[in-house]
Amino acid sequence: MDLEIVGITVLGVFLFGYIIVASIDFGAGFFNAYSTLTGKQHILTKVIQRYLSPVWEVTNVFLVFFFVGIVGFFPKTAYYYGSSLLVPASIAIILLAIRGAYYAFTTYGGLKHKRYTVLYGLTGLFIPASLSIVLTISEGGFVRLEDAGPVLDYWVLFTSPLSWSIVVLSLTSVLYISAVFLTWYSRKAKDWGAVKLLRKYALAWSMPAIITAAGIIVEMRTHNPEHFGRLVDLWWMFALSLLLFVGTVYLLWNRIAYGLAFVLLVGQFALAFLAYGISHYPYLMYPYLTIYDSFTNEAMATALVIAFIAGLGLLLPSLYLLLRLFLFNKEYVQGNRDDHA
Amino acid sequence: MGNEEAVFFSRVLTELTLSFHIIYATIGVGVPLMIMIAQWVGIKKQDDHYILLARRWTRGFVITVAVGVVTGTAIGLQLSLLWPNFMELAGNVIALPLFMETFAFFFEAIFLGIYIYTWDRFKNQRRHLLLLIPVALGASFSAVFITIVNAFMNAPQGFDLVNGQLVNVSPIVAMFNPAMPTKVAHVLVTAYMTSAFLLAAIGAYRLLKGSNHTYHKKALFLTMKLGFVFSIATAIVGDFSGKYLAEYQPEKLAAAEWHFETAEGAPLILYGVLANGEVKYALKIPFALSILAHSNPNAEVVGLDRFPEADTPPLYIHYLFDIMVTIGMWMIGVSAVYLVGTWLQWRFVLAKWFRWLLVLGGPLSVVAIEAGWWLDEVGRQPWVLRGIMRTKEAATTSGQVETMLWLFAGLYLILGIGSVLVLCRMFRSNPVERELADRAAEKEGNGKWILK
Repeated sequence: MDLEIVGITVLGVFLFGYIIVASIDFGAGFFNAYSTLTGKQHILTKVIQRYLSPVWEVTNVFLVFFFVGIVGFFPKTAYYYGSSLLVPASIAIILLAIRGAYYAFTTYGGLKHKRYTVLYGLTGLFIPASLSIVLTISEGGFVRLEDAGPVLDYWVLFTSPLSWSIVVLSLTSVLYISAVFLTWYSRKAKDWGAVKLLRKYALAWSMPAIITAAGIIVEMRTHNPEHFGRLVDLWWMFALSLLLFVGTVYLLWNRIAYGLAFVLLVGQFALAFLAYGISHYPYLMYPYLTIYDSFTNEAMATALVIAFIAGLGLLLPSLYLLLRLFLFNKEYVQGNRDDHA
Repeated sequence: MGNEEAVFFSRVLTELTLSFHIIYATIGVGVPLMIMIAQWVGIKKQDDHYILLARRWTRGFVITVAVGVVTGTAIGLQLSLLWPNFMELAGNVIALPLFMETFAFFFEAIFLGIYIYTWDRFKNQRRHLLLLIPVALGASFSAVFITIVNAFMNAPQGFDLVNGQLVNVSPIVAMFNPAMPTKVAHVLVTAYMTSAFLLAAIGAYRLLKGSNHTYHKKALFLTMKLGFVFSIATAIVGDFSGKYLAEYQPEKLAAAEWHFETAEGAPLILYGVLANGEVKYALKIPFALSILAHSNPNAEVVGLDRFPEADTPPLYIHYLFDIMVTIGMWMIGVSAVYLVGTWLQWRFVLAKWFRWLLVLGGPLSVVAIEAGWWLDEVGRQPWVLRGIMRTKEAATTSGQVETMLWLFAGLYLILGIGSVLVLCRMFRSNPVERELADRAAEKEGNGKWILK
């Protein structure tokens, strides 16, 4: 296998990891805010805080890992994406910064106010929207190459139905992923009030999520016919993904096996993500940048892969320990102990 | 190309982000080590005060980590957003330590989460102490790796540039560049030193503000001892850094020392002002620069006359050098007097004015950190990669950098004020006297879990 493929696979895995953990995080913030406004905070806040507290920092690392990795494996992306994304990426950083700092301030510092909780929930929706612009511009047609360098055409971006569809998709899937995970988590916590509410949210967001996802494929037909063609060639992967989606909804609807429902959901998104990635091949930014002409030299690529394997040797056991101590620790999850510093 | 504005604002924004980030990053590197030492001393001496010290530091630490993480994410992305041409070139050679830095950070993040949420979970405190080792290691190693990236910018190597193309890239050679050993060592020891003096400042402040609890006295004594050790180490490594500069980056040393003419037996210039190319009011120590540069009073030190003007850094870095070195020496002095005074029971170390000096030591050390980084970074101008790429060739061409600068300035203002307010509130609302009483009560009640 080419080192290029290894590189993009590594990055794909981390991007996917970020999409899942960040969705849970963003969605949780939104549900928490929404429940504050509707007076149901007592049902959700505790279970959400108990999950988020030990892992919020780890969520952030997935993102850092992805963008450091992509510049490492594909240095030219720094030129194309870096030059064109200054404004949307800066906005995303600022929102992430406010969000992360606010989380620590309230959880550990005891700064509490309804107004902040609502703001926090809203940033959780704006961040996926601003980050999803990266996906949009990778489709081509939004960045012009001028003498001075790549320039993002905001007018085309803001008037394109494709970019808005991707924004809506990111929002609905964030809420859907988060609700399904939290349903399972609150069941483990035996917090039946939260289970009831979150199951309702999960079912409510399932349809919008799947409809917008299908909508993107239709948009692609006019925006980038070449990409659309390759998407259609992979129809069986999307069909399989749809099947998993039906499975998740079925389990939620019948109130059985929430854990399995979440696993199916991850499978559904993984398949769709993989199919999308394969159809995008070999472009990083259509049509200027492919993974081949932007790849780093062989010596660096080999070094990065070795560092990656060694790093995983450290990370996987540590992540396992983290999950065992918190996510899969009955006493902790059910709130019977508080070993908080 | 009309991108001079973009270059200027990119420089200002990068400087702003880094200057803000390094305050929290320095704390992030140094404090875990201090927490580890306090916890270890507590276990060894069977003294609950030290354990509580570790616990209270940890709580404050979480707030600073949060700000450090989010501003670190900001600078990480800004490297590509503001300096795309630089990252495109340098990414080919220096991506490895950048990549390893995120691993170290990942490692630290996981274990910090575990450490914070398992305070009372283990019967044996030693097991809990074990969790701190990866936190402290991860924190120090992310500093090591990221400093390697910066060292590479000062002394790029590990590749050949043939007709603008990079060939024969060797990531390992790039990492172990000549600037790396002194830089990494200096960053680490100054981070430990600054953290120790910051924590000492808190102890001294509590003692000044009425509390006379032994807890604060123990905290102050422990941190001053650590601060003294690390400030001595800082001075030694600083001397090595001077020798590195003389050998590999003589223009930086010459600009920092206002050493205009290449000469043997060069004097060291301390303080003074530069007016119309003349140095006034300076303190000259004969032969000291030759000793600093080559350990030999008669050695020749290269002056600015050997370089074209377009390649030399601005001369104001001399003031930054003075600030950094003076504070370093001052802190060695203050901590030495405090330690000797405490052992010999001199009365004035307990006096108010002396405690105020200890309080001042924390912020002063932070100022020295800032001055040192500015000296290092401005001393590399006009290059972003010394001898290879000039700063103005590296910047983005975007016209929106100025707006982003204002946005980020607003963000740092909010984060700065927010973190200070939250930290003050945390400790004011839960003073150590009350926490000690609570812990005693908790033990009486057979150690039941108290839910907050």
